[in-house]
Amino acid sequence: MDMPIRVLVAKPGLDGHDRGAKVIARSLRDAGMEVIYTGLRQTPEQIVAAAIQEDVDVVAMSILSGAHNHLFPKVVNLLKEQGADDILIIGGGVIPEDDIPELKKSGVKAIFTPGTSTKDVVKYIENHIKR
Amino acid sequence: MFNDNEIINIKESKKKWESEVVDKAIKRFPERKEKFSTVSDIEVDRLYTPENMENSDYEKDLGYPGKYPYTRGVQPTMYRGRLWTMRQYAGFATAEESNKRYKYLLEQGQTGLSVAFDLPTQIGYDSDHSLSAGEVGKVGVAIDSLKDMEILFNGIPLDKVSTSMTINAPASVLLAMYIAVAEKQGVSQDKLRGTIQNDILKEYIARGTYIFPPEPSMRLITDIFEYCSKNVPKWNTISISGYHIREAGATAIQEVAFTLADGIAYVEAAIETGLDVDDFAPRLSFFFNAHNNLLEEIAKYRAARRIWAKIMKNRFKAKNEKSMKLKFHTQTAGCTLTAQQPDNNIIRVTVQALAAVLGGTQSLHTNSRDEALALPSEESVRIALRTQQVLAYESGVTETIDPLAGSYYIESLTDQIEEEAMKYIEKIDELGGMPQAVEKGYVQKEIQNSSYKYQMEVESNERIVVGVNKFQTEEKHHEDILKVDPEVERLQKEKINKLKSTRNNDEVKKNLANLKKLAKTDENLMPYILSAVKSYATLGEICDVLRSVFGEYEQSVIL
Amino acid sequence: MNLEERLLHGDKRACARVITIMENNQKKAFEIIRNNYHKTGNAYVIGITGPPGSGKSTLTDRLTRELLNRGKKVGIIAIDPTSPFTGGAILGDRIRMNDLSLNENVFIRSMGTRGSLGGLSKAAQGAIKVLDIYGVDYIFVETVGVGQSEIDIVKAADTVLMVMVPNLGDDIQAIKAGIMEIADIFAINKSDIDGADKTQVEIEMNLDLNQGEDYRPPVLKVSARKNEGIGSLVDEIVGHREYLEETGELKKRRKRNTKMEILNLVEEELMEIIFSKMKKESSFDAIIDNVVSRKLDPYTARDNIIKLI
Repeated sequence: MDMPIRVLVAKPGLDGHDRGAKVIARSLRDAGMEVIYTGLRQTPEQIVAAAIQEDVDVVAMSILSGAHNHLFPKVVNLLKEQGADDILIIGGGVIPEDDIPELKKSGVKAIFTPGTSTKDVVKYIENHIKR
Repeated sequence: MFNDNEIINIKESKKKWESEVVDKAIKRFPERKEKFSTVSDIEVDRLYTPENMENSDYEKDLGYPGKYPYTRGVQPTMYRGRLWTMRQYAGFATAEESNKRYKYLLEQGQTGLSVAFDLPTQIGYDSDHSLSAGEVGKVGVAIDSLKDMEILFNGIPLDKVSTSMTINAPASVLLAMYIAVAEKQGVSQDKLRGTIQNDILKEYIARGTYIFPPEPSMRLITDIFEYCSKNVPKWNTISISGYHIREAGATAIQEVAFTLADGIAYVEAAIETGLDVDDFAPRLSFFFNAHNNLLEEIAKYRAARRIWAKIMKNRFKAKNEKSMKLKFHTQTAGCTLTAQQPDNNIIRVTVQALAAVLGGTQSLHTNSRDEALALPSEESVRIALRTQQVLAYESGVTETIDPLAGSYYIESLTDQIEEEAMKYIEKIDELGGMPQAVEKGYVQKEIQNSSYKYQMEVESNERIVVGVNKFQTEEKHHEDILKVDPEVERLQKEKINKLKSTRNNDEVKKNLANLKKLAKTDENLMPYILSAVKSYATLGEICDVLRSVFGEYEQSVIL
Repeated sequence: MNLEERLLHGDKRACARVITIMENNQKKAFEIIRNNYHKTGNAYVIGITGPPGSGKSTLTDRLTRELLNRGKKVGIIAIDPTSPFTGGAILGDRIRMNDLSLNENVFIRSMGTRGSLGGLSKAAQGAIKVLDIYGVDYIFVETVGVGQSEIDIVKAADTVLMVMVPNLGDDIQAIKAGIMEIADIFAINKSDIDGADKTQVEIEMNLDLNQGEDYRPPVLKVSARKNEGIGSLVDEIVGHREYLEETGELKKRRKRNTKMEILNLVEEELMEIIFSKMKKESSFDAIIDNVVSRKLDPYTARDNIIKLI
């Protein structure tokens, strides 16, 4: 049996705009992945705990409030502390391009901004997970 | 509007035109698509004629501006009397910085204020709460206590401006702060004009800044209705919002249907507490989205006005004409802005704003071109405001009322949106009303399906988004992007610490204890929130007290 | 430390990984279970089922909190359907349990049904064993009560909790037909809604039909959202456990379930062997065609297939 890719889709921080996260969740499912959706207002600690218990291949986070510089790296670091740095971490949302290099340096492997095709996200995940 | 013979003749001549002229033309040049439809997936015919208005009755369906059913507008003279209020939603970082932006906007000719609060404020956390980390001052201004509110409106006479506040779950607290600031300026509450959003149902459906479960939330809302009807009579106590429902991916029909269904739920809740419908209904206001499809949007506003008038008159037996008038604010659709070629957004916003004006909006916010990238810069905000001013002073669309009325297409589309929206409203009634429909996840699911469908259409190039899936160019680096200094968070924390060591803590404790006691009864909480606010209890402290009594809402997600 | 040692030391990440390889049917997982199977059997398994929208996840969250208060360690396996078209799934039960994620004494795992016959119960029963080795006291297995494979999983539990809500209307009939008889406890959730009493009466009337049995399932009214009746529900679960233990029913039940499990495993393995041989000889289709065209009878076809092994 094929092992489906497991992805945690999370909304860290306080913003409630989950249209993008939900569209992504559905398209990943339609691409044959198992998506664990955790809903709004997740703390980095909750996201990491869920990622570990669910043994996911990918953590995909969405933020539209501008809190990404604080929250994305926090998730990366907490995963590292747990020895789970093999998990692919990607992010999306309203993220100014000037912030992207720094986020990538911190360990977020890819950033998807508005207008990204969900197919590109699927392709990116398929090509970059560690199995 | 046409007699039967005329319609029969038109039907015949149209058939003739189709067979003799159109068919030939199509054989030589096929149409671009097999099926044409609006962005909301309403099918669009090649041509509309009087046959599409066969059943329409001018006096009954359209009538006159300022007269039932208000299809043509809620005021008798519309923009010939007074232009719409140009109200740019703004606020970021600290109260000091936002105060400067407001003064700038007023100097530029803006006619009303619209306050954006940061997420911690909207969810009732102080800036020093652990969940606030990274969010302070980001999407709006951080308000922790009356101190911040005093700074926010410093030098702005509150009897002269009307202020709209985008605040929902903790709306009573922020309204109380506004009243308290006014009092310090020597302005009594009965002179205050403005709006609080105060629409919790769409937070559960689409926007996500809820705190309490539906029952106590509805109670806080009806408390405000009652308090304001007696003390702040010029205040719009709620802005029932379709904007965010549309942003979440709903169609135009769903936007109208779900917003008005929310409206029905508030009216029912208020009547249940013993208020007379005409005591509070004149202060209800609405907030709609202006999306890309110009004609569909115009028809949407007209349909919404007509449905609401009928609902208020027939379902709720309102007597006061003001109760039947749907007044609304409009914001152009943030979700249509693209990060690619951001200057194109100026054109999108122009078309959307034109729709709002032709649809008879009472106030308007135009988005800035750079909002898919970050918070808008001052220059972008100015262009957005100028867009409204060009429409108001140069385009000429303001000189006559409801100029598109009588267009076969607009009228037919208005009818169609009304009919389809009513089907949704009936379905929601069947489910037991909006709170139940939300609880069951029905509304969220409907919106998600539309949103997913739209996204897939864009991805398959069935829908073209200029600069995104067609006409792409190499993106250049975007300069001049506004960033909020992370320093803001530290500053706010400092302010809170200072406040807590200088205020009369015994009085705060007493007021909070009192609020807690009364939250458990069904007494109107507004006066007690006002006392707490005046003693400089923080927003977080007040909301924590209410959390301890009301509990917190748990998201209902069905994917 | 290797994976097995880490699991035995209560490492959550190791536990999660072993469940994954179990779910993906990898030998390593069976090895770990083989080495430690003698230590299992301590975890008490509660199956939770009920119609969509009955609040199973929220109730599971509340029951878990109550058990935590009683000093217990809890594992949760939350099952959601896999799309038969794409093989993907959205697993959203965790949303109702987010606050538990961080608790030292809770382990939550979401699982898709993944389609293949018997695959789910094998994966879920495997995960139960892993959690048992990991060292939890109670395991909740939560799933919608539709589909045979889901019912099989629930049946494999020590105690079956059926969650109902008022005003189900016709749905209750459908459920009655399939799954009501396997319930050990009924919980009417959202009991603050009108109609809870009526639902309770309906269930009780149904139970009256089964008179003569030694054990009559209790019917409780609870509200997960308002956290009402949760303590009593846990008491009933514990009570049912004691009843099973005292009467020797638990042993019987586990024996029945173990028998089913082994039979399923054997059946699955046999089918796998047969199908892999068939594929090589691509003769299954030919056999079917022969039976359809009456050249061969089904019984001889069976004998021919068995000969392949």
